Amino acid sequence: MAEAAPAIVLDKVNKWYGAMHVLRDITMNVDQKERVVVCGPSGSGKSTMIRCINRLEQHQQGRIVVDGTELTDDVRALDTIRREVGMVFQSFNLFPHLTILQNCTLAPISVRKMPKAEAEELAMDFLRKVKIPEQANKYPGQLSGGQQQRVAIARALCMKPKIMLFDEPTSALDPEMIKEVLDTMVSLAESGMTMVCVTHEMGFARMVADRVVFMDRGEIVESGTPTRMFEDPQTDRLKLFLSQILRGH
Amino acid sequence: MTPPASIAIAEAGPAPTRERPPASVYGPFAWVRANLFNGIFSTIVTLVLGVAIAWALYGFLKWGVANAIWSVPTTATGALDPTACRAAHGTGACWAAINDKWRFMLFGRFPYDQQWRAGICIALFIGLFYVSSDRRFWRKELAYIWAATLAVIFTLMWGGVFGLSYVPQDEWGGLPITLILATFGLALAFPLSVLVALGRRSTALPAVKTLCIVYVELIRGVPLIALLFMANVMFPLFMPVGLNPDKLLRAQVAIILFAAAYLAEVVRGGLQALPKGQAEAADALGLTYWQKTLKITLPQALRLVIPPLVNTFIGFFKDTSLVLTIGILDLLTASKTAMADPVWQGVSTEIYIVVAMVYVAFCYTMSSYSRSIERKLDRARNR
Ligand SMILES: Nc1ncnc2c1ncn2[C@@H]1O[C@H](COP(=O)(O)OP(=O)(O)O)[C@@H](O)[C@H]1O
Ligand SMILES: [Mg+2]
Repeated sequence: MAEAAPAIVLDKVNKWYGAMHVLRDITMNVDQKERVVVCGPSGSGKSTMIRCINRLEQHQQGRIVVDGTELTDDVRALDTIRREVGMVFQSFNLFPHLTILQNCTLAPISVRKMPKAEAEELAMDFLRKVKIPEQANKYPGQLSGGQQQRVAIARALCMKPKIMLFDEPTSALDPEMIKEVLDTMVSLAESGMTMVCVTHEMGFARMVADRVVFMDRGEIVESGTPTRMFEDPQTDRLKLFLSQILRGH
Repeated sequence: MTPPASIAIAEAGPAPTRERPPASVYGPFAWVRANLFNGIFSTIVTLVLGVAIAWALYGFLKWGVANAIWSVPTTATGALDPTACRAAHGTGACWAAINDKWRFMLFGRFPYDQQWRAGICIALFIGLFYVSSDRRFWRKELAYIWAATLAVIFTLMWGGVFGLSYVPQDEWGGLPITLILATFGLALAFPLSVLVALGRRSTALPAVKTLCIVYVELIRGVPLIALLFMANVMFPLFMPVGLNPDKLLRAQVAIILFAAAYLAEVVRGGLQALPKGQAEAADALGLTYWQKTLKITLPQALRLVIPPLVNTFIGFFKDTSLVLTIGILDLLTASKTAMADPVWQGVSTEIYIVVAMVYVAFCYTMSSYSRSIERKLDRARNR
């Protein structure tokens, strides 16, 4: 029973910024080990939705259940969820005053109370997986954008999360660095991680996504498998969006 | 040139065959030409300023060294005879007055034969600053060192134990007073200011936030002198009878509260300047509020505001001299009192110069220390 329960449940979630309605009745389930790609025009509420899942933003109506725990004002529930959900940001957000290794070990040591040696071993494991173990003692400012984003992924993985959220992880990168980050994400997907990923990288979506969700103006307009969504869009809004994306590329 | 330096340059430079750039772009002559005689306008400015500086220096040396009176004879009665100083007034400095008065300037009315105790206190303070400035000592033990040193300092100042004679607090004076007020003022105001800055940014505790805003705005809206007067006159009215904290403590509390309000705004500026993503990344990793604050936001914010922070520190070090308004004899007030000695009538510039030099020594040390810290932190990050 617990095995079958969805990893994330969004049930009629609504959110306003002042008078602006940014999330409208968002209803979506993400199953365990499912990989969901979220796309949509800028300002459509993708970031807001994904940030509601680990409560960087608060929703005002509806229910969000993550890994069996409902998101409420209860601080303990919040702590539990943040421990189980990793997040990667568009702007990396590494801690510039800490070394790469310290960036990775900080949360395991302070949140999971892991002994320092064990945390460092774990961090080096993940840094090897993202292929930059040799940078461990440098500071973020000394790394390229692609390397920083891979460190950010390793940092999130060090908490051994059950779910990973990505908010446009490649949008701030120079073109030649996008591939190295996407490769990292592909291998993460292959390892069976539950992932929700906001991205416009259609190649990535085709390769790893079980489902693509298209958002526009705060609503989920259409969703389906990548092939179905990209080859046979049902709504005019998605058709328009795809034509713009393709023209842009 | 020493061999290691030449090796280092050869390794670092792009062209290992040439050991150093040619003299036309490197070395003192090139520096002078590039910075002082770089075009007609710059040459004129350099010459005019050079003449002005030389002229001022000449005047000062004539007054302060060539025509100065370094000592005066003692009369038959054992008193000093200042006639020579009076004669030189206006043309030569009277350093003999400093020679006679330096102990009063430095220690105020502290009993003359006990002034070695106050002297040790000054040395202890300086030693404490020196130890605290070294990053190797930034450990828990430093707190014990502080506690122990301050205990020794107050034992020496007060006495009444270990065979030391009791010295009431209103006989303390001079540099120890300045150091006590500044050290306690900043050491306690700084942590308080961090709490106030955090409180003012708190979204979860609106009551705390309001309290912090009211505190900062009220204190900042009042001149320090007024606050010192109030602390001196009004504080005792609110205290239960018989419990009347001494004047120095009252001034100290006023200075702490005043400094904390200013420092809080500096710290808040640093917190504000951090990109929001830093706090969000910490939240997303599951760090608690205090873990996030102590490990992520505060260290970065404080690093950003080292220059304005030290600026405020320096300002308050000097502002402690305002305690003269409530009759506490700090370094400046003690020195002004020394000027009132009828023997040394008319000798004030000399005394002010010496006092200024003491203040400059402390403030300059603070500012160069802050620059060295900034350099070190920069180097650690952008190597
Ligand atoms: N903190 C905020 N305050 C007010 N409006 C916001 C805030 N964050 C986002 N918005 C608005 O909410 C809408 C959705 O934003 P966002 O979720 O960032 O869109 P997306 O990620 O799809 O580009 C946009 O119109 C944006 O301007
Ligand atoms: Mg976005």
